Amino acid sequence: MEKFSNNQQMQRQMLLDNIFRLSTRCFAFLVLALLVGILISLIIGAMPSLSRFGWSFLIDSDWDPVAQKFGALVPVFGTLATSVIALLIGVPVSFGIAVFLTELCPNVLKRPLGIAVELLAGIPSIIYGMWGLFVFAPLFADHIQPVLIDNLGDIPLIGLLFQGAPMGIGVFTAGLILAVMVIPFIASVMRDVFEVVPTMLKESAYGLGSTTWEVVRYVVLPYTKTGVVGGIMLGLGRALGETMAVTFVIGNSSRFAVGLFEPGQSISSALANEFAEATGEFHMASLIELGLILFFITFVVLACAKLLLLRLQKQEGKAS
Amino acid sequence: MADNNVKLQVKNLNFFYGNFHALKNINLDIAPRMVTAFIGPSGCGKSTLLRTFNRMYELYPGLRSEGEILLDGNNILGRDVDINLLRAKVGMVFQKPTPFPMSIYDNITFGVKLYEKLAKTEMDDRVEWALRKAALWDEVKDKLKQSGNSLSGGQQQRLCIARAVASRPEVLLLDEPTSALDPISTAHIEELIHELKEDYTIAIVTHNMQQAARVSDFTAYMYLGELVEFGETDNIFTAPKQKATEDYITGKFG
Repeated sequence: MEKFSNNQQMQRQMLLDNIFRLSTRCFAFLVLALLVGILISLIIGAMPSLSRFGWSFLIDSDWDPVAQKFGALVPVFGTLATSVIALLIGVPVSFGIAVFLTELCPNVLKRPLGIAVELLAGIPSIIYGMWGLFVFAPLFADHIQPVLIDNLGDIPLIGLLFQGAPMGIGVFTAGLILAVMVIPFIASVMRDVFEVVPTMLKESAYGLGSTTWEVVRYVVLPYTKTGVVGGIMLGLGRALGETMAVTFVIGNSSRFAVGLFEPGQSISSALANEFAEATGEFHMASLIELGLILFFITFVVLACAKLLLLRLQKQEGKAS
Repeated sequence: MADNNVKLQVKNLNFFYGNFHALKNINLDIAPRMVTAFIGPSGCGKSTLLRTFNRMYELYPGLRSEGEILLDGNNILGRDVDINLLRAKVGMVFQKPTPFPMSIYDNITFGVKLYEKLAKTEMDDRVEWALRKAALWDEVKDKLKQSGNSLSGGQQQRLCIARAVASRPEVLLLDEPTSALDPISTAHIEELIHELKEDYTIAIVTHNMQQAARVSDFTAYMYLGELVEFGETDNIFTAPKQKATEDYITGKFG
């Protein structure tokens, strides 16, 4: 008890402790305040457009600043389509990278490959955009697009997605560039979570005679599902919000087209292109409403991820 | 020993971790439907030896073995051996319980599904049979759909034994199966080993000499990668031929 005999010192410590507790709480609430603040200012900014166009804003494909008539269908479709393409290509590739790095890679290659993946994540997006526009798009237009159009363009329904002129730029190219951009994120998260799977757990699965694929599919993936879904969400977040690289290669057309090779627009590319020269009350408000929609899409995606995890947990059996 | 009285025959086995010579010229016969215990101080190579029986070491680069291990007369270290089939024949249980992240039922069927196609009822029977073998059925029969992680440590380890037994291996390797368990769970597992040896050839690595004395028919004492002495457990513990073995089991060393 000798230690606490000094009353003054003890009070000082309690005071410091309280200050510490309060300040951490302040920081935590700051996040919440920022979130609410951004949401409110978006809503206020979008008010003119919200009250004039209502729900039809979401399904209207017209974007006509001269006539002051605005609809969000094209950019929303562009954002969703590019992100879906990015994930469809990016997730399997990242999964392959992560499995190779954790399960199959010889030790000599592990570090160089791992570092390469991390470096890829560090490249600024404008460089991806330039590379996409000047290097990838021409190659794509000359060699890959004609093949895809010839072979897939005639299939009913799906074929609609693969029609159009082989220009190189467009929604599909934007999706491909996004895939390249999200792969390092998803792959490095997956690699990190795969690495924490206990060796003994994997050995028990191998010990029953499983192949590497069976071990990964039935033991590693279920064990790491939270981290894997988290990694995919991180990638999706980047794909949804990516501005610069997409603006370079998406073509920036506000005309609606289903074809993936047609030029299009994503929410963020529309914002980047038009904010500087927005004229009139409704143009500006519509752009802000686009921002609000992007905010909302991200929120829904996160909520879906949480629901998915809950369902997976149920499948595995109750914890207690 | 006659050949048909040998399940696993180790012939001139050497093992290397890179440049480190971990097992030195091991020769050993493991009898069918008997429990063979491997004892010795940490780092003596007993786990390494066990892990050559199902070639678990091949998961890691830089590890290699020389010599022969004959399972029913066939060399399992040969290049043309299907390693997955081998592991289906030689089951293994580890130091710590390792239930897979799935239900108790699915934990048991995991290994079975890899090599057998069974109808639902047959599978149910197999699950019950394996859980009974592992003396776990009565405790879990009402919660087969629950996660394997929801069981206690001792139950989890018995689940792992049931899982290993379910795919009907010929040999069961136990690598310090009770080192993470309390005395009561340990007693359960030891009882289980007694019952399992009626159907399986069992090799067990243990740090606990009393355990080796209790559960095994044969004991091998290893030291620094060499097999110092091997023989019937009763002889090893009462009249060891080697001074080193005697020192170890009497606690003068180790």
